Amino acid sequence: MTKHVVLVEDETNIAEAIRFLLGREGWRVETLANGNAAVEVIRKARPDLVMLDVMLPGKSGFEILKELRADAGFADMPILMLTARGHARDREMAELAGVSRFMTKPFSNAEMLDAVRELTAPGSLTA
Amino acid sequence: MTGRKASPLFLERRSYRFRRMMDAVRLLPLLVLAFWMVPLLWPVQDAGDVAAVSMSHAVRYIFGVWLGAIALAFFLWRRTARQIVQEAKS
Amino acid sequence: MVSLNQLIAVCLLYVVGLFIVAFAAERAAIRGRGDWLLRSPLVYTLSLSIYCTGWTFYGAVGYAARSGLEYVTIYLGPSLVMIGWWWLLRRLVRIGRSHRVTSVADLISSRYGKSNLLAILVTVMAVIGVTPYIALQLQSVTLSLSIFAAPAGVANGVLDGRAEPINTAQAAFWIAIGLALFTVLFGTRNLNVNERHHGVVIAIAVEAVVKLLALIAVGVFVVWGLAGGVTEAMTRIDQSAIGTWQVDGGRWAALTFLAAAAFVCLPRMFQVMVVENDEERHLQTASWAFPLYLMMMSLFVVPIAVVGLDLLPAGSNPDLFVLSLPLSQGHNTLAMFAFLGGFSSATSMVIVATLALSTMVSNHIVMPIWLALGQTSVQQSGDVRHVVILSRRVSILFIISLGYFYYRASGGSGALAAIGTISFGGVAQFLPVLLGGIFWRGATRMGALWGLGIGFGLWVFTMLLPSFGPDAVLSAATLEQGLFGIGWLRPQALFGVGGLDPTVHAVVWSLSLNTLAFILVSLFSFPSPVERLQGAQFVNIFDHSSPARGWTASVAASEDLMIMAQRILGAAEAQAFFRAQAQLQEKSEGLPEPTPAFVQALERELAASVGAATAHAMVSQLVGGASVSVQDLLAVADESAQMLEYSSQLEVKSRELSDTAEKLRRANDKLTQLSHQKDSFLSQVSHELRTPMTSIRSFSEILRDAEALSPQEKTRYASIIHSETIRLTRLLDDLLDLSVLENGEVTLNQQRGSLRDVLDLAVTTGQAANIREIKIDRDRDSEDVALETDLDRLSQVFINLITNAQKYCVSDAPCLAVRVHASGSTVAVDFIDNGAGIDADARDLIFEKFTRVAGQGGEGAGLGLAICREIITRLRGEISYLPDSPGTGFRVTLPTPQPGKLQELNRFAASA
Repeated sequence: MTKHVVLVEDETNIAEAIRFLLGREGWRVETLANGNAAVEVIRKARPDLVMLDVMLPGKSGFEILKELRADAGFADMPILMLTARGHARDREMAELAGVSRFMTKPFSNAEMLDAVRELTAPGSLTA
Repeated sequence: MTGRKASPLFLERRSYRFRRMMDAVRLLPLLVLAFWMVPLLWPVQDAGDVAAVSMSHAVRYIFGVWLGAIALAFFLWRRTARQIVQEAKS
Repeated sequence: MVSLNQLIAVCLLYVVGLFIVAFAAERAAIRGRGDWLLRSPLVYTLSLSIYCTGWTFYGAVGYAARSGLEYVTIYLGPSLVMIGWWWLLRRLVRIGRSHRVTSVADLISSRYGKSNLLAILVTVMAVIGVTPYIALQLQSVTLSLSIFAAPAGVANGVLDGRAEPINTAQAAFWIAIGLALFTVLFGTRNLNVNERHHGVVIAIAVEAVVKLLALIAVGVFVVWGLAGGVTEAMTRIDQSAIGTWQVDGGRWAALTFLAAAAFVCLPRMFQVMVVENDEERHLQTASWAFPLYLMMMSLFVVPIAVVGLDLLPAGSNPDLFVLSLPLSQGHNTLAMFAFLGGFSSATSMVIVATLALSTMVSNHIVMPIWLALGQTSVQQSGDVRHVVILSRRVSILFIISLGYFYYRASGGSGALAAIGTISFGGVAQFLPVLLGGIFWRGATRMGALWGLGIGFGLWVFTMLLPSFGPDAVLSAATLEQGLFGIGWLRPQALFGVGGLDPTVHAVVWSLSLNTLAFILVSLFSFPSPVERLQGAQFVNIFDHSSPARGWTASVAASEDLMIMAQRILGAAEAQAFFRAQAQLQEKSEGLPEPTPAFVQALERELAASVGAATAHAMVSQLVGGASVSVQDLLAVADESAQMLEYSSQLEVKSRELSDTAEKLRRANDKLTQLSHQKDSFLSQVSHELRTPMTSIRSFSEILRDAEALSPQEKTRYASIIHSETIRLTRLLDDLLDLSVLENGEVTLNQQRGSLRDVLDLAVTTGQAANIREIKIDRDRDSEDVALETDLDRLSQVFINLITNAQKYCVSDAPCLAVRVHASGSTVAVDFIDNGAGIDADARDLIFEKFTRVAGQGGEGAGLGLAICREIITRLRGEISYLPDSPGTGFRVTLPTPQPGKLQELNRFAASA
């Protein structure tokens, strides 16, 4: 069964790179450029992984994260957060909100893929 | 001026003590006056059954009060002199 | 038996010793050495001991032998005053120092408006009151001399007056001469009374020690040598004639009070206690040390009296027990020591009393008369100092001779103690005026004159005159039946109140009527301005020790004052004083301005030499009348105004403080805000840089690592990297541009040109960027406006606005209308597209850095409009969003050149 990832990222070029990299690994990548619809889409799709940018048009990555974690059904869904903002405070906020992994852009492809594998490995515990 | 660091509590206590000592300085002459006017109550001549106060007794009393007054004034001087000088300077 | 010659030799030796001590002290003081001793509280306390005179030394024993313990009241009063230093002496000393008072008369006159009349009255009273006292000292010395000279038969002091063993008149004469010499020599060395007479003071201190030791030596000899110990002495006392308490209560209280009053008012006590006081703190040391001295002086009086009554034959003069007891037991050395003690007591008293009185007589009687007579004006040339010194020396001789003649006239009769009490009663009349002056602001000069006059009159009538005995001055009839036969004017039973002890009677009547007159007249009279000024200063001496303001400025020429001051203070001192005052006024050279403060200070300085009233009179001759300015009166009459002013100053201060705090708070807020802005700016920049770098890194890794990429993929990914690099470059360019603009480092390249040309260039460039096709709607005729500005920067703004419209206009047929409105000195250029416009809540933010309107794509960093605003601001124009436009509209407003220039510019533009 192909694994499913929902990617919320407004930078089309970055989204394309991730789609290419994960596609090669056999993922089905669903991309959203806007935060507003993300929570609804994820609820319906129940993907194996969610990847979130922080600064998004509409709802921010943090808001999406909080809404998801507030729902018991998504409490242990792997969520990987990517941000171009360099603040240490952002990492703290994300960890408090229950992110599974927090990565700062720019990242190396291998690093990103390793994180995805770890988060979705069978038996891995998130958060 | 003293260059001495003291906690506010200590200072409070000190200045309170000093004020009470100055009260004593002011009250001491009144006290001594009262004691020295006691002989006014002594019978002057042998009046009926009351014997006149003997001279040696009178001498002891007057000089006793005197000595006490000097001792108190000395004590108060030791306790307040320095602060009075400081207050006069400030 | 000691021969008289031996005694005189010892006596002379002792006097020479005193001269040497006094001389050495003067020398040491001049060289500035020996301050540890000369200015020590010990010497101050010992100098107070001039209270204990020959009367005390000899008379106390006689007093005790006659009236038991009553003698001790003479010491209890001063002890009380000293222990209660806080109440009265502290004030007196402070007033004396800050007003440079020279005597008790000076203090009273100064307090009551520097009144000369009052000064003269007090001086006369003091001279009359103290002269018997000086005579008393001469009497005590000659009496004690005579005991040594007496033939063996009368050696026990039984003097019947039949055969005078020595010529007492001659002895008294030589003693008086010696004392006068000493006083003249050491008492008038310098004019300024506030400068201490070190020689006199140190000699007095030595004499104080001598008389105390002498009396104690005799006492120890009597108690342990004759009585056989303390217990035996006490038994003997109880068995003696004075073995029981027999003091009349009224006398006990009245004499204690009288002694206390005299202690404060006696001119000689005032001299050593107030005038010669060096430091206020010495007073507190003396508060226990002086009572201790007094106690030791009186400790052995009763035993000596009792043993004397026991051992010496009846009829011996008890006033001389101190001498006759050791003599009768053959202890000649002890007797001689006792004689020296008595001699010390008498001489020290005479010296200081004469000094004090002579200052008063000279300052308050001689100098005013001298001023009023011959010397019409004080600024005539010639040194006044020798006049002052001469008058003081003459006064000394006058007072001592007065004492001598009184002694001769009274014939040396009467018990020592009685004369002393009378003298006390006289000077005690100063007390109400003195106390009222320093505690009650309502006390007036008229009140003081009346009080002193009535008190003095009553004292003379009830105490002084009757003391000469019936038919001496007052006839026996007057004593018995009253003045002019009026019954209630009997000197010893005024208003029919008989049966009282004469002393109590006199003290009670004189002092109470004195006080009553003083208070009543004060209540119903009105003080002069100077009186009120001085009154306020004396009563509130601890509140404002600042000198009184007395003189209106600039009437007196400084030269006149200088001439006068030189004549009184001496040239060097006066010049030093004037120089110091000039420095105070911050004048580097020349004489000080005659400001009220300066004249006041000068008057104080003069007062220390000639007394307040005389100094005032001298200065007023030059300054022109005792003038008190309106401000001075206001200051005195309404001290509460000062308080109010002070509190309002405080209020202003606290308001200033809170203003400053508010400013600081605002500055801090601004700094915090700036710091936040800087943080968020850096964070934004970081974000804007990281985003393209993420794509670049990711795709370059893909190109590097991934195998089997199709050529199309390779080309596509490489072009993404390329475009992201361009985006990065543009971002950096914009940031630099903005930074330069914001820091004002940009140099504007001022050019002249027409608006139309600038718009042409911008439209061409914008469309060349080829982002999206947009129709530009222009009205070229209205664009014919001359500009003088940086045209390149202006076109940069226009290009930005045009490309923004290209990027963000959400219309199927995008169209941008450019409209120009010239009005007066400005021209407005509107750029309005047919898009959706910008939400109201986002409009405020669009000109901020990194602001991108939500919902609109685009890869801009959000710096464009921020840069536009910076540029237009530099060009002294404005850029704003047009809220009422159909789509997104911006208006750029620019200043245009002056009309005169406009013509020229138009021509220039046409020719271009």
